[in-house]
Amino acid sequence: MYYLGIDMGSTSTKVIVLNENKEIHYKKVVPTGWNCLDTANGILEELKNNGIERDDFKCVATGYGRISVPYMDKTITEISCHGKGACYLFNEKNFTVIDIGGQDTKVIEIENGAVKNFNMNDKCSAGTGKFLEIMANTLGVDINSLCELARSSKNHISISSMCTVFAESEVVSLIGRGTSKEDIAYGVVDSITNKVRGQMGKITGTNNVVRLTGGLCEIPFILDSLSEKLGTEVKSDPLGRYAGALGASLFACNIK
Amino acid sequence: MEHLLPEKFEDYAEGRKKGFLKMKKVKDEGKNVVGYFCTFAPLEIFDAGGILSVSLCGMSDETIADAETELPKNLCPLIKSSYGFALTEKCPYTYFADMIIGESTCDGKKKMYERLGKLKDVYMMQIPQGIDRPYAKPLMANEIKLLVKKTEEKFGVKITDDDLRKAAVKRNEYRRACLELMELQHAVPAPVPSVQLYKFLDSIKFNFDLESAIQSVHELVAKIKEENATNPDEKRILVTGCPIGGVLDKVVGSIEKNNGRVVCFENCSGIKPMRCFVDTENPDIYDAFADAYLKIGCAVMSPNIHRFENIPNLVREFKAEGVLDVTLQGCHPYMIESRALQEKCNEINVPYMNLETDYSHSDDGQIDTRIAAFLETI
Ligand code: SF4
Ligand code: SF4
Repeated sequence: MYYLGIDMGSTSTKVIVLNENKEIHYKKVVPTGWNCLDTANGILEELKNNGIERDDFKCVATGYGRISVPYMDKTITEISCHGKGACYLFNEKNFTVIDIGGQDTKVIEIENGAVKNFNMNDKCSAGTGKFLEIMANTLGVDINSLCELARSSKNHISISSMCTVFAESEVVSLIGRGTSKEDIAYGVVDSITNKVRGQMGKITGTNNVVRLTGGLCEIPFILDSLSEKLGTEVKSDPLGRYAGALGASLFACNIK
Repeated sequence: MEHLLPEKFEDYAEGRKKGFLKMKKVKDEGKNVVGYFCTFAPLEIFDAGGILSVSLCGMSDETIADAETELPKNLCPLIKSSYGFALTEKCPYTYFADMIIGESTCDGKKKMYERLGKLKDVYMMQIPQGIDRPYAKPLMANEIKLLVKKTEEKFGVKITDDDLRKAAVKRNEYRRACLELMELQHAVPAPVPSVQLYKFLDSIKFNFDLESAIQSVHELVAKIKEENATNPDEKRILVTGCPIGGVLDKVVGSIEKNNGRVVCFENCSGIKPMRCFVDTENPDIYDAFADAYLKIGCAVMSPNIHRFENIPNLVREFKAEGVLDVTLQGCHPYMIESRALQEKCNEINVPYMNLETDYSHSDDGQIDTRIAAFLETI
């Protein structure tokens, strides 16, 4: 038997397959695209090509597209799945997970290996991966280069607009004023990590162990900026973006 | 006297037309109608004067865009919706109200009432907010006296202490009936479906005949006792925060869908005002009213002693396994207070989540995910 976890996020869909020994047998990231159902069926096809038929696995789906996976046995929210996956990934029991996703940013407080408290950003894209993506586009670079540019900024500026649309025009006017790309890039990253800091504050627990998951978790400058803001070293893992899918696959192991 | 319908009446949908015709009939029969917004309005006064009273809180986003032509956008949806209904003449109760009571609660409402005063006859009632002060009670008692005087003048009626006392006895009876219904949720599993419970409590306020309202509560209680079919696995949730009539399906519907059950609504329309009985034995009936109404644990009070006393007790009493604090976007009093409530819940070791939302549907999916996740953690 295999245990399939699918984390269908707004931008990308993460897939993890565990074997009987709870080891990662297969993993993949695909763009979610417009049609969640097509994406889900594509994954099923891929698994078949890898010799895994529908009857060979139990499946838990999570993420905003979780209900669009027609062959899932169960849906569990991304909060629980991220918590579970992060415990496994980081081998920790009492810590805080920050997940910067495409559409939302979550802060999850874990106590004794279970979700104790969590916070998700409000209904706008400030402080999310989407925000970073739009700003990178405006600057004509990709996300990774934006974060590296930010590191070499000489004059730290701040972007004050909370709303992505307004922030974009703020960036445009900074470009117009001749502000360097590095400084603007710094302002962009700074605005995201500040937002995350605010969200952390909404969780009353006092955890010094902080881990980052999600699509941005491998970008060094994001980790540095977060560590500075939170006053503690924020670490990640190369599998960080799979935390949700991993948690889902672990939950799938419990399905009878 | 024949009363006029709004100019746009013919364009209204059937349900709305019916509402207007019902209210027109009430008015044509010569009845007087007072509108109010808040649980601080002492309805006994109007009962005593033979005047109908009706809640005017806006619960739908239908009129918010209209309201935003005059009011700032970043106000709570309840304020905007209420004002929008007055502006567009889409609410029969607002439209036919002879007088509207504006209670000085949050700043947004207070200033909205000033605007509303241009459209309707609005009477401001000044609610003291420093309830720990010795003068709070006499101030409230005086305000109630002034409201009685205003009501007498406006409608040409005479309201004696004795009338007020009788009205208070009846309202207490109504409160007791509603409590009996709410307290059915003590049982494990709790027998009353969450959405149904709130809808009932909200709609009963529109029953003008208190006696028949009490009767219908008793009937529902009897019916629920008979049915008794419930699911023992449901998570028991206490809902608190802003009035939630406008987000009922989004929030409470999602609790139900995710295998939760609201065992106690601590909000207005729920238990918050219902345990504030008026002591009808008190020789000074105004003092008794002031006493009762100042017990309402609303976030506009500072310090908000009663809410923080009540919630831990209610959690125990209703065996709640989680506290969901619903705040409407733009409601500063409740949003700021949510932090203290979170701390309180940590103290008494009950899971807590704050949910900020408004009357729109743009966050339905996110709200559902949050509620599902919260219930998963319990
Ligand atoms: S929450 Fe406070 S201001 Fe709002 S209706 Fe209730 S008592 Fe009035
Ligand atoms: S919900 Fe908050 S902001 Fe809105 S009317 Fe009530 S107290 Fe005022």
